[in-house]
Amino acid sequence: MKILLFATLGTIVLMGFSQSDAANQVNVYSTRKPQLIQPMFDEFTATTGIDVNVVFAEKGMLEKLRSEGVNSSADLVFTADIGRLSDVKNAGLTQAVQSIALDSNIPASMRDNENHWFGLTSRARIIVVSRERINDGDVTTYEDLADPKFKGLICTRSGKHAYMVALTAAMITHHGIERAEQWLAGVKSNLARRPEGNDRAQVKAIKEGACDIAVINHYYIYKMLADPKQKPWADAVRVIFPNQNGRGTHMNISGMAMTKHAPNRDNALKLMEFLASEKAQQMYTQLNGEYAVKQGIPLTDSVKAWGDFKRDPVNLAEVASYRRAASKMADRVGYDD
Amino acid sequence: MPPILKVENIRCRYENQSAVDSTSFELEQGTLACLLGPSGCGKTTVLRAIAGFQKLIRGSITLNNTCISSPEGNIPPEQRNLSMVFQDGALFPHLTVEKNIAAGLHGNDKKKNQTIVGEMLSHVRLSGFNKRYPHELSGGQQQRVALARALAPKPRLLLMDEPFSSLDLALRESLGQEVRDLLKNIGATCILVTHDQQDAFTFSDQAGVMRDGKIEQWDTPYNLYHKPATRFVADFVGDGVFLDAAILDQNKIWSELAVLTGDLPDDARRGQRVQLLVRPDDIIHDDESKMTARIKKKTFRGESYLYTLVLPSGSEILSLVPSHHNHAIGEDLGIKLEIDHLVYFHDD
Amino acid sequence: MTDTNSSLGSSAAAWRIGTTGIALIAMLPVLAIVWLALFPSENIWPHLVSTVLPRYLSNTVILMVGVGISVFLIGVSTAYLVSTYVFPGQQYFAWLLILPLAVPAYVIAYLYTDLLEFAGPVQTMIRGLFGWELARDYWFPNVRSMGGAIILMGLVLYPYVYLMARASFLEQSPHLLDVSRLMGRSQFNTFLFVSLPIARPGIAIGIALALMETLNDFGTVDYFAIHTLTAGIFDVWLNMNNLGGAAQIAIVMLTFVLLLIGLEYIGRKRIGFYQSVGRFTRIEKIQLTGLAKWAAFMVCFVPVLAGFFIPVGMLINYGITYFEQSWTEQFREYALNSLSVSIIAAICCIVIAVFVSYAKRIEGNAWLGSASKLASMGYAVPGAVLAVGVIIPLAVFDNAVDGFFRAQFGVSTGLILSGTTFALILTYVIRFLAISIGSIESSFSKISTSIDMAARTLGHPPFRTLRRYHLPLIKSGIFTAALIVFVDCMKELPATLLLRPFNFETLATHVYLFAADEMIEQSALGALFIVLCGLIPVIVLSKTISSSQVLVRQPN
Repeated sequence: MKILLFATLGTIVLMGFSQSDAANQVNVYSTRKPQLIQPMFDEFTATTGIDVNVVFAEKGMLEKLRSEGVNSSADLVFTADIGRLSDVKNAGLTQAVQSIALDSNIPASMRDNENHWFGLTSRARIIVVSRERINDGDVTTYEDLADPKFKGLICTRSGKHAYMVALTAAMITHHGIERAEQWLAGVKSNLARRPEGNDRAQVKAIKEGACDIAVINHYYIYKMLADPKQKPWADAVRVIFPNQNGRGTHMNISGMAMTKHAPNRDNALKLMEFLASEKAQQMYTQLNGEYAVKQGIPLTDSVKAWGDFKRDPVNLAEVASYRRAASKMADRVGYDD
Repeated sequence: MPPILKVENIRCRYENQSAVDSTSFELEQGTLACLLGPSGCGKTTVLRAIAGFQKLIRGSITLNNTCISSPEGNIPPEQRNLSMVFQDGALFPHLTVEKNIAAGLHGNDKKKNQTIVGEMLSHVRLSGFNKRYPHELSGGQQQRVALARALAPKPRLLLMDEPFSSLDLALRESLGQEVRDLLKNIGATCILVTHDQQDAFTFSDQAGVMRDGKIEQWDTPYNLYHKPATRFVADFVGDGVFLDAAILDQNKIWSELAVLTGDLPDDARRGQRVQLLVRPDDIIHDDESKMTARIKKKTFRGESYLYTLVLPSGSEILSLVPSHHNHAIGEDLGIKLEIDHLVYFHDD
Repeated sequence: MTDTNSSLGSSAAAWRIGTTGIALIAMLPVLAIVWLALFPSENIWPHLVSTVLPRYLSNTVILMVGVGISVFLIGVSTAYLVSTYVFPGQQYFAWLLILPLAVPAYVIAYLYTDLLEFAGPVQTMIRGLFGWELARDYWFPNVRSMGGAIILMGLVLYPYVYLMARASFLEQSPHLLDVSRLMGRSQFNTFLFVSLPIARPGIAIGIALALMETLNDFGTVDYFAIHTLTAGIFDVWLNMNNLGGAAQIAIVMLTFVLLLIGLEYIGRKRIGFYQSVGRFTRIEKIQLTGLAKWAAFMVCFVPVLAGFFIPVGMLINYGITYFEQSWTEQFREYALNSLSVSIIAAICCIVIAVFVSYAKRIEGNAWLGSASKLASMGYAVPGAVLAVGVIIPLAVFDNAVDGFFRAQFGVSTGLILSGTTFALILTYVIRFLAISIGSIESSFSKISTSIDMAARTLGHPPFRTLRRYHLPLIKSGIFTAALIVFVDCMKELPATLLLRPFNFETLATHVYLFAADEMIEQSALGALFIVLCGLIPVIVLSKTISSSQVLVRQPN
């Protein structure tokens, strides 16, 4: 028993210390699911020989980073939405990165004006409706979702989830607090059920007849079509890019930022530049069905089939600034009740 | 011979209440002593203080001329070289009898320890029980093992906390006598704590009666019974009643039953009204006697009857009468008074 | 336990200082949280009070009351049946009933959702039978609801009550029951008025443990979208990035737990009975016949079936079907990680708990009593909040040491503690110390204090007394505690998610990542492994329970 104890303790101490010694590496804190970014990291390691260590910290990444301070071993932060990305920046935990490669590959609208964060992919927040039960043209805008005629027909995930918060924040940007709140309360009163599950679960609910209309990120349809079990769900819905006759569809980004005290700065920069490169951007498109930020990357067939669409050109940093207000708004209207 | 144990004016608190106060006594080597008193009187606290489990607020305890407890400092229980026997035996349930007994033997000489264990077992008449576990023994056997365990390290002092009270009456008396003989044999010094006077009578050379944290009287059992120092002691030790009495002069007392003659203390003043202690054995049954009392109640005790008698004045007395004198309730019984020790207390 | 008033040795200070130190370390995260709650960078409290807090509160109360009732009903009824009656399978149920303890609440939540949702086999069959097509065509209870959470959590948490209640029932003197019967009470009334009240402290501890688990749970309420205080903490902290607000909600939760602890404490004090190592005869079990026999069987069988065999059956099924995708090098590494951190945490918990309980026993003063209560507070703090509470002081320490070395020697020591498994193990220890302290203190309390005095007067100093005479007697308590801590560490999720070092996954985080993505099938093997690890101790547990009984309470 004693031997076992000491052996294990020894191993752990070694594990603890060895990690900080290895030089040829880059450390990543990510709120994105690892399986969505790991292939790109693997490719990076294969090309450069630099190891990528990932901590998936969907919860509490910012706090972890803050408390670790100067000694944080994190070099890069990855998030799946603009809100968290700008939070990290606003908390003073990131640094500006000057890179010609990044600037040329990522359009200005997809990166921070102080070069703290960089978008890697963008995604549309689309509306999906039941092919059988909703007529073409009945729903065309986000604003339609608050129309009382859809009472009891809508499903969404939690109003406090980053994707929904970003959508609400965009509504605030366009309509102001008061009208946005009326809208959110309207959507809430149209919900078929208490918000639960992720975006895929909403599509599934339409397939099962629990509701007819849902709001999701576009690439989930792409992913679901590729999954034999989920394909019937995706087949049951029609994809709608909202507000095509107006401001355009609400977009969000997944992105990255370099931490203020990144210990492996050079490697981190290499990884950033790699992810913005043609190769990685193609992988993102092919594997995840997302829209590349780099111009000229071909879409995959099924995404392309939905055609070109008008994107809401609003400044993402401005949308992000309403994130907290949007989150509180969801509390006020009792969206998740 | 200097006393082996000196308890001097000690005071302890237990759960924020004064449990023991101004208590002193001394023990000589080989004395079997007893602390007697009702529950809550502080007798166990005194024992725990001697063992080292109880802090002193005042006073000191000296063992073999070494101060072992005082408010300033204490020797931990394990270094006092004394042993303790508990009401529940406190045998280690996971160890065999021989391992229990050897628990206090710290030498490394296994053979020697084995010999001591064997001796102890034969002392307590349990030879051959070496490999048994406590749960395989009867209550009396367990207590004897506990005693053997306590004696094995040859303690300077043995402390026993109500060791017989969980046993049945017959076993209690025989084991009490047995233990006394054994301890006397090996010359052990011992303090026994009990609430039962019978334990004290069978067992001890000296006894202290405690009340509310204080020792009321420290004396031989004989004196406790026949010459109680306080009314409480008189009440607590043995049966008896108090009769109204008055002092006539330096060696005479008047009571309802008779005028008694004996040595009275110097402070006895003529005409003083007092309460006279009358034990059941002071009242002798005598058919010839002119003095009679009516039988109110009788209790059969085997070899004798304990009669409760009513005197003409209405006072009640007790009388112990051999049981072949069987009288009916309501009958008048001839009695005479034979008091050897005049014990009286002033009216409160 | 108040009997041993004081020991007068020189080592007294060591016990006192040690215990105080342990209590302080265990309190540190809570203090950090209180500090954060009092001085938040942005005070969100008014917003919380006017919007979501009432809902968090009412949901939490409903969930706790519901789980409390369900664990009480299942735990006490099964414990009473197996310890009092003979019926088919009774001797197997004695240990079968512990099995659900091995299944984490979030796993059972994922599995039952899978089983009972619209596309699951049950509803599909019903639709097939009646020709329905859509969810709106018929009514079916929604698993992902408050009721579902109460039932599912009750199914995996009742063993806490069962274990404690069973131990209490077995320890009761049969004479008491005989007396009650002689006084004319029926078997059932005897249970109600004698057995149950005597078992109350044990049952209270069991319910308190189960409810603390309920308060802590994140996986289930997150998946079921039930907004409890825990979910609120995650929301305010992680979505609103307001740690101060999260700390404020944590304080609300702490008051809940203080209430739980207080109630349990009062209950214990009021009963205040004291069991010595006596010569109890074993309670003669009563043979059930006819319908009663099968009713008893069903009462015991249903919880085991629903809480263990169904979920484990599903896991085995998925585990086999998806074996190729699941059984990887990484998987084996995660398993080893889980095992090593859990074992170390369990050992640490035991050593500390023995130290604290023994210090309290031999010193017995009021401060040590409260110190052991304080050291147990970590159990009340939800894993995620505890993680923050741990990481803040550790990071302060690390940065201070680092700053010192940089200034003095120009070298950086880096993150000595916070970036390593040390932080993780520390969090586990603080979180689960309550279990080990509770179990070991209750084992100690069963040893008559005259055993201590006997050993001490026989010349054994406190530490040797502990080693020779107490440890063998509380062996089964130590075992129970170690195993429960081990299983809980294997299952622990939120704190592990936050504190694991780079490239360090445990099985729990692995399962969570997949299951939250509705890929329970691919992570079934991991979940199965957690359950199996939980099973080994459960089997040993049932053995030690019965063997310790032989040792301490043999029939005359």
